[in-house]
Amino acid sequence: MGSREKGTETKSQNTDFCGKAVATRDAYGAALLELGKRNEKVVVLDADLSGSTKTAKFAKTFPDRFFNMGIAEQDLIGTAGGLSLTGKIPFASTFAVFQTGRAWEQIRQTLCYSGLNVKLVATHAGVTVGEDGASHQALEDIALMRVIPHMTVIVPCDGFETKQVIDAIADYDHPVYVRLGRSKVPPVMPEDYRFEIGKAFTFGIGRDVTIIATGLMVAIALQAAELLQKNGLDAGVINMSTIKPLDTHAVLKAAKGSKLIVTAEEHSIIGGLGGAVSEVLSESCPTHLRRIGTRDTFGCSGSPDELIKLFGLSSEDIVKTVESFFKEYHSDDSV
Amino acid sequence: MKTVMQPSDILSLTEQARIIRIEILKMLTASGSGHTGGSLSAADIVTALYFYKMRHRPQEPSWPGRDRFILSKGHAAPVLYAALALSGYFDKSLLANLRKLGCPLQGHPSSKLIEGVEVSTGSLGQGLSISNGIALGLRLDKSPSRVYCLMGDGETQEGQVWEAAMSAGHYKLDNLCAIVDVNELQIDGKCADVMKIEPIASKWKSFNWHVFEIDGHNMEEIVKTFDEAEKIKGKPSVILARTIKSKGVSFFEGKAEYHGVTPTNEELEKALLELGGNGKQRKGN
Ligand SMILES: Cc1ncc(C[n+]2csc(CCOP(=O)(O)OP(=O)(O)O)c2C)c(N)n1
Ligand SMILES: [Mg+2]
Repeated sequence: MGSREKGTETKSQNTDFCGKAVATRDAYGAALLELGKRNEKVVVLDADLSGSTKTAKFAKTFPDRFFNMGIAEQDLIGTAGGLSLTGKIPFASTFAVFQTGRAWEQIRQTLCYSGLNVKLVATHAGVTVGEDGASHQALEDIALMRVIPHMTVIVPCDGFETKQVIDAIADYDHPVYVRLGRSKVPPVMPEDYRFEIGKAFTFGIGRDVTIIATGLMVAIALQAAELLQKNGLDAGVINMSTIKPLDTHAVLKAAKGSKLIVTAEEHSIIGGLGGAVSEVLSESCPTHLRRIGTRDTFGCSGSPDELIKLFGLSSEDIVKTVESFFKEYHSDDSV
Repeated sequence: MKTVMQPSDILSLTEQARIIRIEILKMLTASGSGHTGGSLSAADIVTALYFYKMRHRPQEPSWPGRDRFILSKGHAAPVLYAALALSGYFDKSLLANLRKLGCPLQGHPSSKLIEGVEVSTGSLGQGLSISNGIALGLRLDKSPSRVYCLMGDGETQEGQVWEAAMSAGHYKLDNLCAIVDVNELQIDGKCADVMKIEPIASKWKSFNWHVFEIDGHNMEEIVKTFDEAEKIKGKPSVILARTIKSKGVSFFEGKAEYHGVTPTNEELEKALLELGGNGKQRKGN
């Protein structure tokens, strides 16, 4: 249908942001600008948040290919859909809570049902939005996007991966949701890492526990694994950056190699990564599972670090969860 | 582009609209479910677009030079399906399977299943934003193609319509022509009773649109207005087409109850008599 053509060459070989602590939204802004230089089919839309989502960089360089839709998220989605019908590759950005919440039905009906080639890159996901509080902290967006047929859901964990995700989805002729954050995150992916849609990166499978994490929780999971290791538990970590389609192979491999699987996300434990992993495990390989995430609650104001602790998302929280599991597990064994 | 319309051209368009109405009634009777009123009220407008105004190639549905039609009021799928079939996008025999399992003619249009449908619709209020996006894309490509978007009057109660109205005015989309099928009815009754949308013309004007108000069943006026809309520069055009819901079937006309009710076999027979036949050319007249 329509006059969609494949994008022109959009890959770049550089290793921008590798080893650098940046907010994933900043990596997005830079990646988008570069992509715009390489591929003139790329157009960008925003809903009066271009300074925060970092699409402003693109807007400044390519004013003719940038459309500010005003504070109108439903119209943002529809207009992006229309642009894709003329062969453009639209990237539409606003805060995750408004994009996936206010315009959910537009995403379902106009983008996914028609299979339109639109990239939704939402920023300010999760509690690390910080001081703006609950109204601005999307903790349900992964669930909302994951449930829609034909939607791909990606949550990069650092700047280096974000850059690669943006390049990859430009070449992928389907609707895609990318979830980015506001706050700086430490670099975690190794220099030779190459992102592929639907492929998890396994740092290691622990004989005791493997933590399957996404987004900024990957860095936190790696810290937790180190602490657990020190305390005598063998722990591994998987970066599950694509949540849909889920890398079930990687999940099952971990489940077969570990006594416990832990999922970790800056999102509700309902319907997100934890939901996706438990669906796979309970059908194909029942395994002990603990989910780290917000527990059926809204966020609140505070600093990102304070909120990570308040909502039980810190590396200490992961360690505590794992250790209390093994305490029970071993006492069960002895019975 | 055609030059001057001859009276005979108008006659043949009116005849085409009559045939389209007959096809609508037949497919709806066969399916036993679907939307009669809003399909019939839009029959003249859609006929004028597919058989006069729009540049399109039924044998090459994705031809980049085509004008685009977005049926924002997706429940009027039967009028679109009839126009597509009679234009030659697919075989007319498909119409008999409307809404049946396995038939590409879904209850509401699916672009994945039918050549000639630009985008899936059915959830009201979304088509104008999509049309704006297409118009922006065409403008970036310096394409002469135009975009036509058909909405219901009840549909304009949706907030997104006014977001899109604002955007089209802001971006001065003069390659866009919206049409509102003002039949004054929606599901629960009169728009005026359910949720007043009047004054319509001044609303669109204040959103920076050029507004035409016409009789949506007068073919000569419809055709003339589409031609004039093309000449409006620097702003989008909207045609407020005053229509009668279920136009063409006297015993359904103007009745909210026939929004989503299909004719019985007896009603079909009576309706076809009124419309002067079973799809064949009417003699004389
Ligand atoms: C978002 C949405 N809400 C509700 C409906 C159900 N619905 C289908 S048609 C209709 C009434 C439409 O009235 P109008 O736009 O005036 O269309 P017309 O009279 O031309 O049939 C409604 C409420 C829908 N399709 N989409
Ligand atoms: Mg109506």
